[in-house]
Amino acid sequence: MKKSKVFWLYAIIALIVYAIVQFMITSDQLDMYYSNLLITIAINIILAVSLHLVIGITGQFSIGHAGFLAVGAYISAICTMHFDLPFPVALFIGAVVAALAGLVVGIPSLRLKGDYLAIATLGFAEIIRIIFLNTDYVGGAAGMQITQMTTWTYAFFGVFITVIIIANFTKSRHGRACIAVREDEIAADAMGINTTYYKVVAFALGSFFAGLAGGLFSHNFYIIQPSQFGFLKSFDILIYVVLGGLGSLSGAIIAAILLTVVSMYLTEFPETRMIIYSLVLIIVMLYRPSGLMGTKEITDYFKLGKRSKGGNLDDQ
Amino acid sequence: MLKVNDINVFYGNIQALKGVSLEVNEGEIVTLIGANGAGKSTLLKTLSGLLKPKQGTIEYLGSSIAGKQAQSIVKAGISHVPEGRRVFANMTVEENLELGAYLRKDKDGIAKDLQRVFELFPRLLERRKQQSGTLSGGEQQMLAMGRAIMAKPKLLLLDEPSMGLAPLMVKTIFSIVKEINKEGTTILLVEQNAHMALSVADRAYVIETGRVVLSGTAKELKETEQVKAAYLGGL
Repeated sequence: MKKSKVFWLYAIIALIVYAIVQFMITSDQLDMYYSNLLITIAINIILAVSLHLVIGITGQFSIGHAGFLAVGAYISAICTMHFDLPFPVALFIGAVVAALAGLVVGIPSLRLKGDYLAIATLGFAEIIRIIFLNTDYVGGAAGMQITQMTTWTYAFFGVFITVIIIANFTKSRHGRACIAVREDEIAADAMGINTTYYKVVAFALGSFFAGLAGGLFSHNFYIIQPSQFGFLKSFDILIYVVLGGLGSLSGAIIAAILLTVVSMYLTEFPETRMIIYSLVLIIVMLYRPSGLMGTKEITDYFKLGKRSKGGNLDDQ
Repeated sequence: MLKVNDINVFYGNIQALKGVSLEVNEGEIVTLIGANGAGKSTLLKTLSGLLKPKQGTIEYLGSSIAGKQAQSIVKAGISHVPEGRRVFANMTVEENLELGAYLRKDKDGIAKDLQRVFELFPRLLERRKQQSGTLSGGEQQMLAMGRAIMAKPKLLLLDEPSMGLAPLMVKTIFSIVKEINKEGTTILLVEQNAHMALSVADRAYVIETGRVVLSGTAKELKETEQVKAAYLGGL
């Protein structure tokens, strides 16, 4: 099958899933609890996929993703609550501002590597949180009240757009350059790849989608508070990416779904919740040390038979 | 073609190159031999823009490239095969080669050069769909060289292509170096294996603790007592 055909096939399957769920929601076969779970899953997928671009593809270890989530959440909330802008416009503005925040953070800090970059991004995320905490305009520590606007439709298309853009970016020439940066920065430099540029681009794009997730997140609950965007939130997102397998888009999605469902069901056992959640993580890392999917994509399993081991000049 | 004049390069406070000058003419194989830590790799990294010289000039095809960014140097036709191969381990052989042509836009030319690389290194053709991290050391070296050729360089900088390879593989690699040179690519070769390097090169420089201490044609240097004692095992 041609690549574009495969793409349309997946797109159509996704749209059918969307239509079925939407029908079940409108005909009241899915109650609030489950539709809320689906929306939470969708938001977490967007977060996981956006961080996957930064860590899994470009290899830049950022643990401040919640900061950009916060920017998107607050900016879009300001747009709808204070300026009465339509929700989609607010989502877009939130994402753009988050991307700009990503640029501001990324340009100085992406000169750092490894642990140092991680610490710098963590610091920046905390700064963002503290700024919101001390801004009375957005309610300070008490938080900001927001009308619920996020629906399954918004959440689904948020995921849909995010996955399509990031998957295509990864496959493009730019994505290859990002992977080269991850694999070996010196060799990438020697190939003539502008490594700093691609690190910043990946970081800004990741922040953009984190901001989009933020907008969906803030309009899903009735209130947002700065404490929701602490570094524990950053680690939650990081866990999706690592557990799914660094470098695997479908791995990040699967891990986000799995962990969201696990933690949702575990809310019934509040005393043991974190113990079981941690055990799940430990078990997965013991038996799948490179994550659920490694660097493979789920689609790789469907075309295994077609792969030839060698190659010759004719099959180009 | 390349004229390096009196460059000084530092790592922080430590001076790695102290007033190095050398020259590479079009069509030559020039080798740079020296012990560990003499500054050979530093010089290559400076030429390809990964390091910036503090002083001195580097002139390539009539224009200065000292301190320029790596991508503009690659664009100008200098391709660097870094020490230790540094292939992109999680990519296939073919993807590695495609990345070598990253800055090129001419699709037909790229396809042609891909064929040429496969002709030079038939092993890479056999393994084109294989993850390059699973290749043997020699195959990875071939891949690193092939990847550099994909950029269509006028000047190829080779950093220790023989490192960690079996003697037979070293021979193969060096005969390919000669072949690449015959097809019109000028080569600057850094080596510890002085014997091999001097047997393929036209001219050579000996570098010790950041200074060029000897230079001349490869034949002359082979006969020099100093080189014999220090690099050729007194043979």
